[in-house]
Amino acid sequence: MANITMVEAVSLALAHELEHDNDVVVLGEDVGINGGVFRATSGLAQKFGEDRVIDTPLAEAMIAGMTVGMATQGMKPVAEAQFMGFIFPMFEHIVCHAARMRNRTRGRLTCPLVIRAPFGGGIHAPEHHSESIESMFAHTPGLRVVIPSSPSRAYGLLLAAIRDPDPVLFLEPKRIYRLNKEEVIDDGEELPLDMCFELREGTDITLVTWGSMVKETLEAANILEAKGISAEVIDVATISPLDMETILESVKKTGRCVIIQEAAKHCSVGSEIAAGLAEKGLYSLLAPVQRVSGYDVIMPLFKLEKKYMPSVARIMNAVNKIMEVS
Amino acid sequence: MTTVASFNVEYKQYLSPAGGLVGDQVPEIANDFEQIKSLYETMVMTRVFDAKAISLQRTGKLGTYASSLGHEAVHVGIGSAMNYEDVFAPSYREYGVQLVRGVKMSEILLYWGGDERGSNFSGPQHDFAWCVPIATQNTHAAGAALAFKLKKEARCTLSVIGDGGSSKGDFLEAINAASAFKLPMVFVIINNGWAISVPRTKQSSGQTLAQKGIAGGLPSIQVDGNDLLAVHHEVKQALTKARNGGGATVIEAITYRLGDHTTADDASRYRPDEEVENAKRFEPILRIRQYLMDNNQWSVQQENKLMDNCALKVEQAVKEYQGASKLPVTDMFDYMYAELPHDLAEQRAFALSLEDKEGEQ
Repeated sequence: MANITMVEAVSLALAHELEHDNDVVVLGEDVGINGGVFRATSGLAQKFGEDRVIDTPLAEAMIAGMTVGMATQGMKPVAEAQFMGFIFPMFEHIVCHAARMRNRTRGRLTCPLVIRAPFGGGIHAPEHHSESIESMFAHTPGLRVVIPSSPSRAYGLLLAAIRDPDPVLFLEPKRIYRLNKEEVIDDGEELPLDMCFELREGTDITLVTWGSMVKETLEAANILEAKGISAEVIDVATISPLDMETILESVKKTGRCVIIQEAAKHCSVGSEIAAGLAEKGLYSLLAPVQRVSGYDVIMPLFKLEKKYMPSVARIMNAVNKIMEVS
Repeated sequence: MTTVASFNVEYKQYLSPAGGLVGDQVPEIANDFEQIKSLYETMVMTRVFDAKAISLQRTGKLGTYASSLGHEAVHVGIGSAMNYEDVFAPSYREYGVQLVRGVKMSEILLYWGGDERGSNFSGPQHDFAWCVPIATQNTHAAGAALAFKLKKEARCTLSVIGDGGSSKGDFLEAINAASAFKLPMVFVIINNGWAISVPRTKQSSGQTLAQKGIAGGLPSIQVDGNDLLAVHHEVKQALTKARNGGGATVIEAITYRLGDHTTADDASRYRPDEEVENAKRFEPILRIRQYLMDNNQWSVQQENKLMDNCALKVEQAVKEYQGASKLPVTDMFDYMYAELPHDLAEQRAFALSLEDKEGEQ
C-alpha cells in the first residue's frame, strides 16, 4: 500500500498492466527516458525497456493512427497525447477509425486502445495547454471518455480502460495531478467504467461534477453543510456513455441539481446531463437545473484563467439561486 | 537500370567556428560590417533578454518560457534577410527574428506572462502570432503565399519549424503545396537537435531533414545555423528567388538547443552534460564577434558599451511588462467575435457582476 498522488497512480496502473499483460505498450512524445512531461510514465522505460515504452517522433496523427493499427492486430496500446490541446491531429483517427472500427467491420476488427491526455486549466500553462474539451469526444459514438478525480479512481479506472475491449479516451485533470495523496493498493483491482461515483451523500441538493471541479464542488458541499444544507456530490467519471440512472436517483431524492464543469457551457456534457434531467427527471425537480461552467470563450491565457474557471463562489451562487425556490 | 532522378543536399557554411571565412565564396554581407555589427548587437540583446526572461520565470514573475539560447544566429539571420512586407510565421521561440522585425521585448514577456495583449505586437502587423501547435504555421504560411501569388504581390512568407516538427504531416503537406502551387515561400527547419527529450536521430533515420523538401519537389539545402553570415545569405537568396517567381526553398539550419526545452523542462534528465559543453564550442555569438574583432571592427570598449545598453533596454522592457495595466475580465469576451452575440453578452455581464462583488469585499 502506498500513499500516492494521482499522477503517480496513473504511473502505477501503467506499470501494473505492462507487468501483467505483454500486449500492453505505452507510446507517445517524451514518455520514455524523460518519463513524460508530467512524469506520468516516470521510470517505465527504464523498467520495461524501449520496446514497451516507446518514444515516438513528434507527430500526433501518426501516434493515434499507429495506435489504431496496433490495436487491431492484438496489442493494447496506451498512447499519450502530451496535452489535450494537441489532440486535434489525432481527432480523425479517433473519430473516423478507432470509434468506428468494431461497428464497420461487424466486430471483425476492434480497437482496444487507450489515449491518455492531461487536460484542463489552473496551472499557469502556456497557450493551448489548458482547455477542457471533453464534450467534443463525448459526442462521438463508439468511444468511451473517462475522467478520474482522485488517485484511487485514476488507478482503478485506468486499469479498466486498458482492459476494456473498446477505445477509451482517458482524460487526466492535471490541476489535481498532485493535489493530494491517497492510499492506493497495487492489487490490479479495476473500478467499473460507465458508472458515476457518489462521493458524498445528501438529501437537499445534488451537485454533479467530474475531473478537477470535484475539488471545488466538495468544498462547496462543506460550506453548505455548515449552513444546514445537505448536498449529495456525484463524480460522473465516465462522461460517455453516461450513467444517468445514478444522477436521476439522486435528484429523485433531493429535487435539486447543479452541474459543475470547467468546460465551456454550450453543447457540453453539462448540457447533456441537464437534458437527461428534463427528459426523465422533470417531475422530481423542485427547481430549475443549474449549470456552473466555464464561459463560452477561448480559454484565456493564465492571467485570466482563474476568472474563467468555476469557483466555489460561483457554485454557491447557483445553489443559492435554487435553494431559495421551494 | 536507369536512374530517373538523383539529388544532393549541399551544406553551406561561410564562417568557421573559429570565426574565420571558409570556402571560395564570400557572401555579400561578409563585407558589410555595419550591418554585421547591428545584427551582432541584436543577437546579444536576444541573449540578454533570454537570460532575464528565465530569471523572471524562476522568481515567479513570468509563466513557462521557451528559451532561444543558442539560436541567435539562425533567428537574427532570418529576420535580417526578410523584407518588412514579407510575412513571418513563427513557432514560439524565434524572438531574434521578431526583434529585428520590430516586436518589443515587453510584448514577448506579456505573452509568456499569460496576457493575450502580447500577441497584438508591434512590427509588421501582417505577421502571424506565436504558434504553439506544432507545424500548423507551415500550412498557414503556404496559404498566405498563395494569397500573394493570386493577388500578384511581390511578397514572400517564411515559416520556421523544429527538427521535431519536421515529423508532422502539416509540414510535409505544406512543402507539397508549395511545390504544387510554386509558392513564394521559404521553409526554415531549425534543427537544434532536440524535441523536448527526443533527439534528432529518433525523429527520422534520414541523413538530413532538408531532404524532406526534396521529396516534395523543392530545392533544399543545409546551412550552419550558428553561422550568421550563412543563414542571412542563404535565406535572403531563397527569398529573392521566391519573390521573383522561382518557387519555394527548404533550408535546414543546424544549430543546438543550449537550454532546456522550456522552463518547465529539465534536460538533465535525458541529455548528457558533455554534449551541451561540446555544443558551446560552436555557439553563434562568439563566432561572429571573433569575426568582427579579427577584422578590427569591434573592441572591448564597444563590447562593454553594448552589454550596458542591453541590460538597460531589457530592464526597461521588464518595467513596461510589469507596469502593464490590469487585464479586465471583459478581455476574454471582447475579442471573440466582431460583434458580441447576445448569450455571450449575458455571460460577460455575469462575469462583471462577480468582479463588482469582489471589489466590495
